[in-house]
Amino acid sequence: MPGITREEVAHLARLARLELKAEELDHFAGQLDDIIGAVARVSEVADQDVPPTSHPLPLTNVMRADEVRPSLTPEQALSGAPAQERQRFKVPQILGED
Amino acid sequence: MTDIIKLTAAETAEKIASGELTAVEVTEAHLARIEAVDEKVHAFLHVDREGALAQAGAVDAKRAAGEKLGPLAGVPLALKDIFTTEGVPTTVGSKILEGWIPPYDATVTKRLKAADVVILGKTNMDEFAMGSSTENSAYGPTGNPWDLTRIPGGSGGGSSAALASHQATLAIGTDTGGSIRQPAAVTGTVGVKPTYGAVSRYGMVAFSSSLDQGGPCARTVLDAALLHEVIAGHDVLDSTSIDAPVPPVVEAARNGTVRGMRVGVVKQFRGEGYQAGVVQRFDESVELLKELGAEVVELDCPSFDLALSAYYLIAPSECSSNLARFDAMRYGLRVGDDGTRSAEDVTAITREEGFGDEVKRRVILGTYALSSGYYDAYYGSAQKVRTLITRDFEKAFEQVDVIVSPTTPTTAFPIGERADDPMAMYLADLCTIPTNMAGNAAMSLPCGLAPEDGLPVGLQIIAPAMKDDRLYKVGAAVEAAYLERWGHPLLEEAPSL
Repeated sequence: MPGITREEVAHLARLARLELKAEELDHFAGQLDDIIGAVARVSEVADQDVPPTSHPLPLTNVMRADEVRPSLTPEQALSGAPAQERQRFKVPQILGED
Repeated sequence: MTDIIKLTAAETAEKIASGELTAVEVTEAHLARIEAVDEKVHAFLHVDREGALAQAGAVDAKRAAGEKLGPLAGVPLALKDIFTTEGVPTTVGSKILEGWIPPYDATVTKRLKAADVVILGKTNMDEFAMGSSTENSAYGPTGNPWDLTRIPGGSGGGSSAALASHQATLAIGTDTGGSIRQPAAVTGTVGVKPTYGAVSRYGMVAFSSSLDQGGPCARTVLDAALLHEVIAGHDVLDSTSIDAPVPPVVEAARNGTVRGMRVGVVKQFRGEGYQAGVVQRFDESVELLKELGAEVVELDCPSFDLALSAYYLIAPSECSSNLARFDAMRYGLRVGDDGTRSAEDVTAITREEGFGDEVKRRVILGTYALSSGYYDAYYGSAQKVRTLITRDFEKAFEQVDVIVSPTTPTTAFPIGERADDPMAMYLADLCTIPTNMAGNAAMSLPCGLAPEDGLPVGLQIIAPAMKDDRLYKVGAAVEAAYLERWGHPLLEEAPSL
């Protein structure tokens, strides 16, 4: 199993939308390397012909009737928003200027 | 005053129903206790004084009008800050939700209110329920009422500490890898992780959806059963909620016995890393079970040795996905929105600012385990281990009715001792994790004090899925036998605060 490098942590942080500080990259790289080293034992069973279990319950799609029901008001839904405008969530720019 | 806070939930409800006490008196006694000791314990993140007194007043009015009261009417409860509470702050122990006031109640919250339980406030926890010590709370750690310099267990340390310091009669926790049972063990209280799907997860902030399970915390087995019945049962708002009757847990708690039962002891819940005093109290409990008429069977569950490793791949993987909703757009903290930054940058800066170390560590670990190239080796293999654990349990429960083990390998360790060593911290969950992986039910209850440090030791009882009543049947028998042996509840030996 490959170890986890500082560069790899930086890449993962970008994927996970976490702007880690330089010292955090060093700190986490060491710790994550230890953790991965310890938990990699699970791959000992990887070759075995064992089906994976993703959930303790056999999940089926639960459907309900398509009816209009009371729900949160727009004011309630927006009550925790960091910024709002005209009954909508106000977000920073998503597309660049060019 | 002191007498009121020491009553069990069953006694409190009875005294309120008979008119010997009013719900307001009971609530005031607990609010006074919180006022007096919580500065030292820090079990609560938010105390809802007015809301609690209003709920208590409503119970008293109902009684005066001759209306039927619920079985726990007027009993004060401490709610883990992971459940949404309409109009009352909910933070999940995180800075990213500081000051957030949910516009709706979780199903658990709703059921507590419908049962006339009085919610005193929200309790401290490891951020997003990630941790085994309550040191990862963004609002500072909770102290263990047995020794305030030690951890109260995690992630539900606030809930168990509130019970052990008599600030609340009942509490609610959630258990993803042991977060109800482990704090119960190290504080000398009772905690139950019901069968996965037994208690609705609607309005419970998600950490690892295939493992998370809400459940009752109490000072006695019967109290836990009474609370279990109030919160369990099918919920159409949660697609993973089991649509089946709740097992008769209260009846089981009132009729404790192990006579004629087969009790399993698993070889893998032994070995290095177990404190001598914990092993001693566990061995005595096994002897006690024999004296009470149980037959003890040795079991071999080889896959349990891989459970901790598989858990620390599955839980972070699910958390990295669940916590994607904390993006600074619709609720919670937003940092760096100065008009020049993109939404993506604002999300990254906010998450850096709002999440603590353990959350960041797990988000990165989960992102890694799920990434292309490593998925099969880590996440895929962990899910295979999960299958093997489930098979080991199935085989075991063909031979025995319940399994017993120590709940935690050690007693409460000093605050800060394992803070910089994540792997050492994760070891605290060694005995509790297999149950979360397989989805079956388990309980922790006190079985004495470790001779070397005088701190509580927990006995874990594990039952098959949907057989939660067996936990209470065995738990009540063990509790009664220990009460007789000790002559008083174990908590009475806790140094007074």
